[in-house]
Amino acid sequence: MASGFPPILTGRMTEAPGDSHTIARYEATGGYTTLRTALSGMTPEQVTEQVKASNLQGRGGAAFPTGVKWGFLAPATPRFLVVNADESEPGTFKDRQLLERDPHQLIEGTVLSAYALAVHHAFVYVRGEYPKPARRLQRAIDEAYAAGFLGSDILGSGFDLDLMVHLGAGAYICGEETALLNSLEGKRGEPRIKPPFPAVEGLYSRPTIVNNVETISNVPWIVANGGRAYASIGDPASAGTRLFSLSGHVKNPGNYEIPMDLTWRELIYDIGGGIPEGRELKCWIPGGASAPWFVPAEHLDTRVTKDDVAENGSMLGSGAVVVMDDTTNVVAAAHRIVRFFAHESCGQCTPCREGTTWLERMLWRILQGHGRPQDLDMLMDVSDNISPGLTWPPAMTTICPLGPSAVSPITSIMKYFRDEVEEMLAAGVTT
Amino acid sequence: MTADTLAGWSAANRRRAEAMLAAYPDRRSAVMPLLYLAAMEHGHITEDAMREVAALTGMTPAQVQSVASFYTMYKRDGVGRYLISVCTSISCFLLGSDALLAAVEEETGTAGGESSDDGLFSVEHVECIGACGGAPALQVNYELVEGVAPDKGAALCRWLRDAGPEIVLSDEMQQLFGGRRSFDWAIREHEGAVAPVPAFAPYGSSGEEGA
Repeated sequence: MASGFPPILTGRMTEAPGDSHTIARYEATGGYTTLRTALSGMTPEQVTEQVKASNLQGRGGAAFPTGVKWGFLAPATPRFLVVNADESEPGTFKDRQLLERDPHQLIEGTVLSAYALAVHHAFVYVRGEYPKPARRLQRAIDEAYAAGFLGSDILGSGFDLDLMVHLGAGAYICGEETALLNSLEGKRGEPRIKPPFPAVEGLYSRPTIVNNVETISNVPWIVANGGRAYASIGDPASAGTRLFSLSGHVKNPGNYEIPMDLTWRELIYDIGGGIPEGRELKCWIPGGASAPWFVPAEHLDTRVTKDDVAENGSMLGSGAVVVMDDTTNVVAAAHRIVRFFAHESCGQCTPCREGTTWLERMLWRILQGHGRPQDLDMLMDVSDNISPGLTWPPAMTTICPLGPSAVSPITSIMKYFRDEVEEMLAAGVTT
Repeated sequence: MTADTLAGWSAANRRRAEAMLAAYPDRRSAVMPLLYLAAMEHGHITEDAMREVAALTGMTPAQVQSVASFYTMYKRDGVGRYLISVCTSISCFLLGSDALLAAVEEETGTAGGESSDDGLFSVEHVECIGACGGAPALQVNYELVEGVAPDKGAALCRWLRDAGPEIVLSDEMQQLFGGRRSFDWAIREHEGAVAPVPAFAPYGSSGEEGA
């Protein structure tokens, strides 16, 4: 642990790297004891109470309080639990590590959650590009069935749960929970208009809870140690530890589990080791490709908490920190991110489908040395049509936040690096 | 219905299709795994494949096509024996993905998402594959290799051509051609891909080293 804090999620894989994914190691290190205790001595409501008390917030990107989300689940049965393992936000690779290295932690969390929610059929939606994590998880599920932690009458409690792995097939948008549910129903992965929310009308129009891999992986610790213990870790408004994915121009890229009370300087320089080859930090993306960028002159001493980052006009999102050094062509970097969203737009909403495409083409034109002075205003105008007012959090003209996400790199470079964009226009630079 | 619809399929894949249809609360949910299975059976998602999957799931062929065309991993055109997917999203881009893509395209004689004349390679650039800590990264038949320098990417292509592995193994390629990884992979995985379809036992797309 870089910060010296006892890890919640990554301890087993750090201490027993050779077999942390096996049921033997999981049980030898206390795994599934929480499930035994809960199924024999706790009511579903008591499990839910611990999750509510923990102040755990969703780790997929939206940071919505998990216990509150659970509280919205409509009473009708059957109902479903879906674990979102469609990790696709550029810069994010934490769920991959949790799936590959400690799948039983996720399974125990899923069974505990399903027990709390009175769910008897759960799915893990794994992105198609993650066959190895899917294989590891499937083997772990097979082990859990054989050991009686899944299936009928789990540990003699009378509680039944079936758990299935479902692979996606290459669509970022399926990480959006209603798109994911459409995909799981065998449809195109197009987001639904909310409300109704999945907790009321989700999979097959039944009450459904969708939670991220990291979110559910925290549940065994929370139930074992109590919600209040979890809530006491880190910043009061950003409870617990989080897995941050560091990548880009940083000496020590990787996933780091830290409590949310550090500064960006500590995260990038102390944990990430700083910028390679003696170069300078130019900017970074604090929470995945959808997030507005930060710059050292303003944000290095900002704290890495949900609220501090929000007050500075961005978000922790999926926990992906992408670092860019002073050699970075920020227009090219912004183009690469906008191109991503243009490619991944599902096409339902005109402002997103057309807007992201236009933004991508304008940035490409500038990169090719054919930019025009009026392109700067047009970039902002098209952005404003996708996300009116260009505020944070973004206003939307679309069903889901994908379109407004494509605006973040545009507003970032126009805010912090407008001179560089203008220079490129003036020089007709070709890259 | 299954027996008639899948008359041309192998017995093993017919059994896999039955299992997929039985596994979900609603048979339409089986369309995604069935499309992978159909790709294994036909080599890619053909018109026939979509009609067969439609008959199995109770969807119309047009509905199946609307699904197949939505997701990038359902290949409706033929793909080479080795599908090489080079990530060019932001983190890989910052660490030289475009040079890696160029080296792979040059070595395989492909450009712009095409297949090589000998049918051995298809090369595509893809959006983020969750390997950002090991950038730049690529996948061969969706098996991951991280920290791939351009010259190593070209060498990987030559190795695939010369060695012609039946089973594409992530750990083997990583050892021979990879560099920095997103995290410690810890143990060697012996299961890999036998086709340009994600290697997952229910699809019949995976093979085991030494098995």
